[in-house]
Amino acid sequence: MSNVAAKAEKSTQKSVHEVIESPQFKALVAKRWSVSMALLVLLFVSYYGYIILVATAKDFVSQKVGEVTTLAIPLGIAAIVLAWALTAFYVAWANKSYDPEVERLKGQLKH
Amino acid sequence: MLQPGAIMQSLLSTAPAAPMESTLGKPTAASIGFFFAIVLVTLVITYFAARKTKTSSEFYAAGRSVSALQNGFALAGDYMSAASFLGISGMVALSGYDGMIYATGWLVGWPALMFLVAEPLRNLGKFTFADVVAFRLRNRPVRIAAAIGGILTVLFYTIAQMVGSGSLIALMFGLKYEYAEIIVGAVMLAYVLFGGMLATTWVQIIKAGLLLVGVTLLTALTLSKFNWSPTELYSQVVAKYGPTALQPGGIVASPIEAVSLGLALMFGLLGLPHILMRFYTVPDAKAARKSVLYATGLIGYFYVIIPIVGFGASVLVSRDTIKLPAFGGGGNMAAPLLAELLGGTAFLGFIAAVAFATILAVVAGLTLAGASAYSHDIYVSVIKGGHATEEEQVKAAKIATVVFGVAAVGLGILFKGQNVAFMVGLAFAIAASANFPALLMSITWKRFTTQGAVWSILVGALSSCTMILLSKTVWVDVLKFENAIFPMKNPAIFSMTAAFGVGIVVSLLTPEKEAQEKFEEEKLRTYLGVGAE
Repeated sequence: MSNVAAKAEKSTQKSVHEVIESPQFKALVAKRWSVSMALLVLLFVSYYGYIILVATAKDFVSQKVGEVTTLAIPLGIAAIVLAWALTAFYVAWANKSYDPEVERLKGQLKH
Repeated sequence: MLQPGAIMQSLLSTAPAAPMESTLGKPTAASIGFFFAIVLVTLVITYFAARKTKTSSEFYAAGRSVSALQNGFALAGDYMSAASFLGISGMVALSGYDGMIYATGWLVGWPALMFLVAEPLRNLGKFTFADVVAFRLRNRPVRIAAAIGGILTVLFYTIAQMVGSGSLIALMFGLKYEYAEIIVGAVMLAYVLFGGMLATTWVQIIKAGLLLVGVTLLTALTLSKFNWSPTELYSQVVAKYGPTALQPGGIVASPIEAVSLGLALMFGLLGLPHILMRFYTVPDAKAARKSVLYATGLIGYFYVIIPIVGFGASVLVSRDTIKLPAFGGGGNMAAPLLAELLGGTAFLGFIAAVAFATILAVVAGLTLAGASAYSHDIYVSVIKGGHATEEEQVKAAKIATVVFGVAAVGLGILFKGQNVAFMVGLAFAIAASANFPALLMSITWKRFTTQGAVWSILVGALSSCTMILLSKTVWVDVLKFENAIFPMKNPAIFSMTAAFGVGIVVSLLTPEKEAQEKFEEEKLRTYLGVGAE
């Protein structure tokens, strides 16, 4: 993607239509949704995995992982921590990759 | 090093007696002092905010001048309700692990909010989520439908908050429930009416800070009684109430019920008007994004530690005491009772005042959202056809604020005695079914049409409301019929699917050329922020 972007002539000013139809813009939108969809899938798997587990496999989550602590407790905490970690990953990605590309595309727009 | 057995002994000899001497329900110098300190500080802030609140953009969106960190705290303050604090700790105290399932559900919406709607919402909208849905569709029908979805969500959520506030203040000060409702309504109206979004934001920031400090202290004091070891706390819970206290119980009876509850909690957040509205207070999409991360961190921390408070209360205060009719019976006083036991009357006063601030901040946010759904979406965009002067807009917003505030007090009195945590769950089902599907399709789907949006919202709102009405919660518990017609507690899995299905089918049947043509402009704004307000 960055190769394509580098080849684009920065001096050329484009109309709204041209920017929207440009491969760079399409790649940006596709990337944005593939990153967020991948993260959303991870969120689904972890959260619904957790909730279906506590709903259906009570014996499994009731097994002890400590003296009395059941597996259900660390699983619940892990679901929360992972949710935050996915959010942090998205922000890091967007700050690093998404924003610079947005600025570049905005620079190509005719004023 | 104390042995668990020795702690048990000392607890058994002291715990049952202590709560009986609770000052809950009797006004003390500490509780009144903290209460008035919070009211005074927030009203002073409102005074200064009022001087900066002249235009509609200042009233609804704090002039888009709120920083990402401030908005992160304010989002957390807007979201962490009395139901989270009192309800979840009470639920964990009385039924053990099941309360934790609720806690996780309330957090996982935040990443989804980030991945799907936070940035597009900020770029596309002005004051309400209906701005986004109506961006390239016909204004009038979409605004009316979106306002119905928004107002229904906000109303249900407000009822839960007002019920919580009434019983809390009644228990805290021995005030009559009805007077408590009026006090909350009056103080909250002062913030919103005079200070608009800026005052509301600061009330929410202060509340989030106080709540996190309060719950952290409560957690620390609890753990200090158990050798700073959660395992020891769990051992005591099991010793007192058996191993089932640490195992999932009846809250998620079946997988389909579990998924439905999860869907409501996760996607409900993405349809809560008072939360979505907060994204318009930051300068741009990048700040919106960062504020979600801050909020998720603060709220995640809160939900990780709140079960410790609940378990602590079940051991130290005991379930029997928490369930006493004098303490409301529903478990909501578990945290305040624990605070009194561990930190005395002064700490109880602090925690009670924090809970009060919690309710005020959430109700203020809800009132602003409810008022904007009427004044911005209906009055300005539909009745005045988008041509209202700044003065007219602010005046309409303020009138709507007063009407909504009065309605909140009335409904709070009407719904006295319901379990607050559960009613919030119901509000989420409506948000997930009426507001979220239309919002998401309007952002991402080129062929989405006016008719599609309207019918999606109406079907989502109507189906979730009907199924809730026919479920055990209302049909049996409120209306006193013998058997529930709809077998599940949470209808989101059906109502949300129905809203998406209807939105897609109706859109395909009613192609809208103009909406498709405008999608280009919308995309430019969604992804690049060009033209964002």
